[in-house]
Amino acid sequence: MLGKTANGLFWLFRYLERAENTARLIETGQRIALTRLGDSAAEWRSVLQSAGVWPAFEAARGEVTKEAAINWLLRDRGNSSSVYSCICAARQNARLVRTALTGDMWEAINSAYMNAQENLSRQVAERDLPGCLRTLRQNTSLVRGMTHGTMLRGERYDFARLGTFLERADNTARILDVKYYVLLPTARAVGSALDNVQWETILRSVAARGGFRMEYGADSGPREITHFLILDQRLPRSLAFCAAQLQENLRSLNAGNAHPSEPMRKLDYLNRKYLAHEVEAIFDYGLHEYITEIIGLLAEIANEIEREYRFYE
Amino acid sequence: MSSDSFFDEMWGTSQTLRDPYATFHQWFDAEDPARLRAKQREAEDLFRLTGITFNVYGRAEAEERLIPFDIIPRILSGNEWYKLSRGIEQRVRAINAFLHDIYHKQEIVKAGRLPAEMIARNEAFLPHMIGVEPPGGVYTHIVGIDVVRTGPGEFFVLEDNARTPSGVSYMLENRETMLQMFPELFSRNRVQPVQNYPTNLRRSLAACAPSGTKDAPVVAVLTPGIYNSAYFEHAFLADQMGVELVEGGDLRVVDGRVAMRTTRGYTPIDVLYRRVDDDFLDPLNFNPDSQLGVAGIMDVYRAGGITIANAPGTGIADDKAIYSYMPDIVEFYTGEQPLLPNVPTWRCSDADDLAYVREHLAELVVKEVHGSGGYGMLVGPAASKREIADFAKKLDAKPSNYIAQPTLSLSTVPTFTAKGLSPRHVDLRPFVLVNPDGIQITPGGLTRVALKKGSLVVNSSQGGGTKDTWVLED
Repeated sequence: MLGKTANGLFWLFRYLERAENTARLIETGQRIALTRLGDSAAEWRSVLQSAGVWPAFEAARGEVTKEAAINWLLRDRGNSSSVYSCICAARQNARLVRTALTGDMWEAINSAYMNAQENLSRQVAERDLPGCLRTLRQNTSLVRGMTHGTMLRGERYDFARLGTFLERADNTARILDVKYYVLLPTARAVGSALDNVQWETILRSVAARGGFRMEYGADSGPREITHFLILDQRLPRSLAFCAAQLQENLRSLNAGNAHPSEPMRKLDYLNRKYLAHEVEAIFDYGLHEYITEIIGLLAEIANEIEREYRFYE
Repeated sequence: MSSDSFFDEMWGTSQTLRDPYATFHQWFDAEDPARLRAKQREAEDLFRLTGITFNVYGRAEAEERLIPFDIIPRILSGNEWYKLSRGIEQRVRAINAFLHDIYHKQEIVKAGRLPAEMIARNEAFLPHMIGVEPPGGVYTHIVGIDVVRTGPGEFFVLEDNARTPSGVSYMLENRETMLQMFPELFSRNRVQPVQNYPTNLRRSLAACAPSGTKDAPVVAVLTPGIYNSAYFEHAFLADQMGVELVEGGDLRVVDGRVAMRTTRGYTPIDVLYRRVDDDFLDPLNFNPDSQLGVAGIMDVYRAGGITIANAPGTGIADDKAIYSYMPDIVEFYTGEQPLLPNVPTWRCSDADDLAYVREHLAELVVKEVHGSGGYGMLVGPAASKREIADFAKKLDAKPSNYIAQPTLSLSTVPTFTAKGLSPRHVDLRPFVLVNPDGIQITPGGLTRVALKKGSLVVNSSQGGGTKDTWVLED
């Protein structure tokens, strides 16, 4: 397959994943704002940071209000990571790699784009926000479902998955990066109401609230949340889960070669150094440093993939 | 002119239902107009979802338009098609023989059947092709012949498209849409299939691979990119054929072959179906600023290392000034009388012809020799005095740039409008594949329809739409 096609598939799925993650961050932010437990401006600021768009927002909009934050995250074309920008970019990449997609996948992407055009071309009223975000989630899920159900398992599929899981790992890591201080063991074992809201926010941001309650029980705190989001192989948004998926797809791309590829080496390093220990070791290492280093490594892995598979000339 | 004086393909000239439409008419009469209106909207939704759009030049990226689709099919009998397709086949054979001659011995010039300056001074003549033997001897692998009709048996060739004819994706998607929306119509009528086109195209291209090709030839489609107006079609054809869609940036010359950058290194291409114009094909040999082509591809081509489809330099055969010589060209190379006539054409390069055209601008259609897409033409009967006067100035400035034709009484086909069925003018572009083993014509083609009442301009850029075209099994 063409290097350009691999590149297009990789980014198509990165953008889709980013659109969905940002939509979830907005939902979580809105929920916090409605509970009125925290400082609203500070919460929206941390949402913008988690989405990785804080510096651009600050430069373009300045003051943080709920409306401004939602608009920036959801539909501002000046923000290349807004949900709308991501859907447009995903569709543009889909057009570019149209021959590598099944008809079902293309139609799902195209209808996600048409719905986004219809729903996001104007400011979204607060009462329409939940429905709007639900539609977005369903639309991106349909693309994922069509991909799962109709795409040949081969190189193309591997690049689609690499894009998905690199973006997802990055997203989970960013959420931890922004909120790490509420997870530090110095916080009281039984959290205050505010702590509880913060912990819930983190879990909601990765769609893991229900699973966590079920598996870890009602009295769990920051230690368990940290373990869940980083090391628990069962959670589809944990770093360990994403790393395992990346490994599978990188291996499949490297089939037939005697030696591991450069991205595989990098990923091995990430696995050995950061994901092979108990959660205590993470706190001993320093949660913040730990997460910062993982984010850096994920970017390096993406660069290695780009080089190894000739995305560009 | 009232529309009564036109030949209608369903009702003839005397309101008598013509045979090919008998079964369709029976069905239509029993249909609820409200259901059909809903179906018309459903068709548009299907096209939008499938993404069958074209980009409008000079507009923002988001500007993707649908070519309007009309749900009423245009129906030809098997016999009508048989006669038409024989004429097309003959013409395409002649075009290929002509191209070979023009780039080799130029016998037709020596025989005095074509003035030497028609070649020598023609911008579409490509000196790089002199003496080049294209693989399999094929110049025009894919041809679209534009045909118009004025009566039951009167078909004329309006234009030959021998460079990179477009529109075949619409032929295929129109049929796909009709099959989804009106399956019952296809149960009642025996319509000859068009769906084999992509498979035939791939086989036909593969059959034209360079002579040394081992194994299955590697075929690829070359597109100018995502912003090209026909990008959808390029992606569609590559997808349907199951081959790579490449851009100039994916290609380079490696070890004397044109190769594409894959995730595992560079892979040589045997046959390149290019949808990039000659001028942009090779920055080393043609336009040095081109980002769309491959540096050095012409050298590889001349050394026999790749098949380019269509061959560079085929534009000389569909040039509108050459068009007027087509009857002679057909006769010269086939030794037969042309089965399909030309539309009578005045060459404005000729002083007598120019004088006549100047006198009769209000009745004629005047076209640029190298124009396409309905741009830069004058439709005399539809133009204002001012428009005619302005056009006369352009004509006087460079007469050799123009040809003129009578305003033809193009046939009409019933079209679905707010007032029910209304006659609208149509043309037809059948698609022809050429390889060393022969010539294949897909039954039917792309029918373009001028949706505006009374309009004779069918180009999509000028408000034209399309219809599914049926050829019945007799």
